[in-house]
Formats: sequence, C-alpha cells, structure tokens
Amino acid sequence: MFDFLDLERYDLLGAFWVTVQLTVYSAVGSLIWGTILAGMRVSPVPLMRGFGTAYVNIMRNTPLTVVLVAASLGLYQTLSVTLGGRDSDQIGFRLAVLGLVAYTATFVCEALRSGINTVPVGQAEAARALGLGFTQVLTLIVLPQAFRSVVAPLANVLIALTKNTTVAATIGVSEAALLMKEMIENESDVIFLVFSVFAFGFIVLTLPTGLLLGWVSKRVAVKR
Amino acid sequence: MSDLSVLYDVPGPRAKRRNWLYTVLFLVVLGLVSWWVLDTMADKNQLAGEKWLPFVEDSRIWTTFLLPGLLNTLKAAALAIVIALPFGALLGIGRLSDHRWISVPVGAVVEFFRAIPVLLLMLFANEAYAQLTDVESEIRPLYAVVTGLVLYNASVIAEVVRAGILSLPHGQTDAAKAIGMRKGQIMSYVLLPQAVTAMLPALVSQLVVIVKDTALGGALLGFAELLSRVRSITANYGANTIAAFTVVALLFILLNFLLTSFASWLEGRARRSRKGTGAVVTEDIGSDVAVVSAPGDDRTDGPGGPGHGPGDGGVRKTR
Repeated sequence: MFDFLDLERYDLLGAFWVTVQLTVYSAVGSLIWGTILAGMRVSPVPLMRGFGTAYVNIMRNTPLTVVLVAASLGLYQTLSVTLGGRDSDQIGFRLAVLGLVAYTATFVCEALRSGINTVPVGQAEAARALGLGFTQVLTLIVLPQAFRSVVAPLANVLIALTKNTTVAATIGVSEAALLMKEMIENESDVIFLVFSVFAFGFIVLTLPTGLLLGWVSKRVAVKR
Repeated sequence: MSDLSVLYDVPGPRAKRRNWLYTVLFLVVLGLVSWWVLDTMADKNQLAGEKWLPFVEDSRIWTTFLLPGLLNTLKAAALAIVIALPFGALLGIGRLSDHRWISVPVGAVVEFFRAIPVLLLMLFANEAYAQLTDVESEIRPLYAVVTGLVLYNASVIAEVVRAGILSLPHGQTDAAKAIGMRKGQIMSYVLLPQAVTAMLPALVSQLVVIVKDTALGGALLGFAELLSRVRSITANYGANTIAAFTVVALLFILLNFLLTSFASWLEGRARRSRKGTGAVVTEDIGSDVAVVSAPGDDRTDGPGGPGHGPGDGGVRKTR
C-alpha cells in the first residue's frame, strides 16, 4: 500500500527537515524583528512610531506569496542580492527566511503590542517614578510581563508560520509542499495517500507545538 | 492617560533634544537603506522611465493584464467566501451539538483542515480534479484554488461561528427555552441572528486572508490572478520586474487595507451598539483563531497608550 513512498526517490524526511529549518530560522528572526517593531510603535520618537505603523500595515496587507516571489524575482534575479548564499538552493532558502521574517514579524509585533496593553498602567508608572527611562521601562518592566501574557497568541503565530513555510515552494525551496507537488504528479494513482502522508506530517509538526506552548502559556502567565 | 503613552515621561528639554537626535539618526539610517536600494536599482537599470511610465501612460497594461488579474483574484475570493460561509456555519453549529456523534467528528474535521497548509489543499484539489473529474484544464486552476480556500476557510469560519455563539449571554438560551422553543428554533431565531453581528468583523478579516491566499494559485497552479500578471507584464514591457511588483503589491495592499478598515469600522460599531451584547469576535493576531472580546474590556487600560489595533485585549474562548 505504501509502495509509492520510495524514500530513495523522494526525500520525504529531508523535505520536512527543510520545513522545520525554515520555521525555526524564521521564528527566531521574526521574534527579534517583531520585538524591535513593537518597541518602535510605542516609542517616544514620532518618526519611529510612524515607520512601525506604516511597515506593519503594508506588510500585513501584502500576500506572503507576493513577498516571497518578489524576493526571488526582484531581489535575487533582478537586483542580484544573494545574502551570501553560494548556490541557488542556499540563496532560495535565505530569501525565503528573509521574506517569512519580514511578513511574520508584523504579527509578532501586533501580538506583543496587545500584550503590552495587558500590563497594568501602575507598573509603568511605578517604573517611571523610580526614574527609569523609556528603554529601561520597556526592557526591564513592561516587555518581560508582556511576553509572559502573549505566549498563546505567539504560539498561534508560530503554527501559522509553520504552515506558511509551504509558500516557499513558490520560489523553489525544496520543502514539503514542493515535494508533495512532485509526488502527486508522479504517483497520480495514489493521490489520496500522498496527500494523507503530507497532511499527517504537518499535523505532527503543528499539534505538539500548540499543546506544548498552550501548557507553557498557562504556566508563565502573570496571575492578576 | 488617554492621549499620552504611560511608558515615558512628558519630554522635557533634554528628552526633546534626545528625541530629535534619535529622529535624525533614524532618518540617516532610513536614508542610507533607501539610497542603497535606489542605487542598486539604478545599477540594474530598474529606475529608467520606460520601465515605470507604461503604468501611467499605457492603458493597455491595465486593461489587458492588471484589471483582469484583479478581477480573477476577486472572483476566486468571492466564490470562496460565499461557498465557505454556509459550510462553516453548519460545521460551527455541528461542533456545538449536544450529540457527541455529531460534535466529535465535526470537531475532528475542523481541526484537521485548520492544521493543513492551504497550499497543500490547493495542490491536492488541482490533481484530484485532473484525475477524477473532467473539469476543463483552463478552468481547473480556479476550481482548485476555490476548493482549497473553501476547505480551509470553512473550518476557520466554523470556529468564528462557534465563538460568536458562545459569546452570547447564557440568559438568551435560557429565556428561549423558558418560552418553549426547541433547539433548532433557539439556534435559528435567537442565537445565530445575534451572533452574526458579533461575527461580522471576523468574517471580513477572513476575507483579507482569502484574498491573500488566492495569490498562491497564481504562483503554483497557473491561475491567472493578479500576482501571475507580473510575469506577463515583465515579458511585454521590457523586464520591469521591480515596477510590476510594486504596482501589483500596491493593488493588493489597497484592496486589503479597504477590507481591514471596513472590518475595524464594523467592529467599532458592534462594540458601541446598545442593541447587541457588545461582544465582538475578532481575528486572533497572526493566526486564524477567532477571539471574543468581552464587553467589559477596557481597551485603553494599558501602557501602550493610543492606537490599539484590532484584536487587542481579546479573551480567548475558542479552545
């Protein structure tokens, strides 16, 4: 029944490994960039606030497919930006991570901003009364509490990101969706089985993430 | 505290000077980045007038490529939401059923399709139509895109519907039971009509997700939507890749920005409304999980200060 799963011919585990790598690199990148964006959006400098707002609104309303295809066709093929990648596989992977970070960071930023809103005003006021400046208030007092309250929304962002890595197939990164496209075309008599295998793969990736981070979010949430 | 952020003091003379310094530094960084981008573009001859002018001078670029592409995008999105709505409503109500033999399988179906990337559903639908049906190959991409979007979004809408119904006060069901309504009557005459008000903003935001996902069909299935027009334009107007992407992205952004603004207007109206419960189902940030904001939420009660985005302060009730 599973004859079609010719692992010599189709590198199933390798493809899912690329998916995992895309997810992990993009998650770390978008967490950092999203936190910076959130900091900009609440900062006292109007220009930074404006930039943050504009960036988030533009990126959130652009399809991820457009972001990634533009990164490949525009950045790489037209402007020859290679991000230090040596062959086309590596360049594609790096461009995909860049696009995913640019896109996902907006959702991290919005989640964090709503987390900042859950921190009681008194916390920031007390911090200011101690003489802390904006950066200190944000990094020492508000953000640590905000992060603890947004673990669940960030888990949803991470799950959405895991699913969004399939979009990298549009620029030829050899991850799970691209392999499925190839297999479903070659093994056309068992398309339901092929689809089930890949669907199962994604459930295996997303379900434990959701359960684990759900548990973490309950543990770290600030009891108020 | 309504117009100032509580994260920083009212700037005094020194803080003002420092803020100016940061503004200038930030401008310098932005300027350097834009200069680098423009310089690279000029190097690759992407700034040349003939690459950008067709978009304002040549109406054929709009009538032959962009507008038909936009129309296809809208067609797929409209079909997807219209078909997904009734399915989603049925699934959402089914998941709330008192009968476990209905609610458990429906729950499994909803969770399954929410866990699968929509691209996999589209690829599978495309091949399934090719193998199992005799849908003509010109129209097959549209079928595949709409099928993938419907399967995925019906399950998302199911969760929105469920959250909307759960957001209603329990007294509504109790009162309806007290006057002798049956379960079906309670759902169709009491709960659903009220839930629709709470759900509307989330449904419009979901439309944004659908519009964005149609672009997948253009990139991998050969569906002639807006994004896929980039290649035809660059082929006909002299490799103006950057210009074409800019215009296409702007069209997407404009369309989605209108939808997003409409959604937040609806949300504000539902929240202020005296008739309803004030509960609103909004899209959870960055994902496709609906969130219910309780009416008592004081949405300005945080150090974030002004400018709260949609979805702030929501209470998750979906899991």
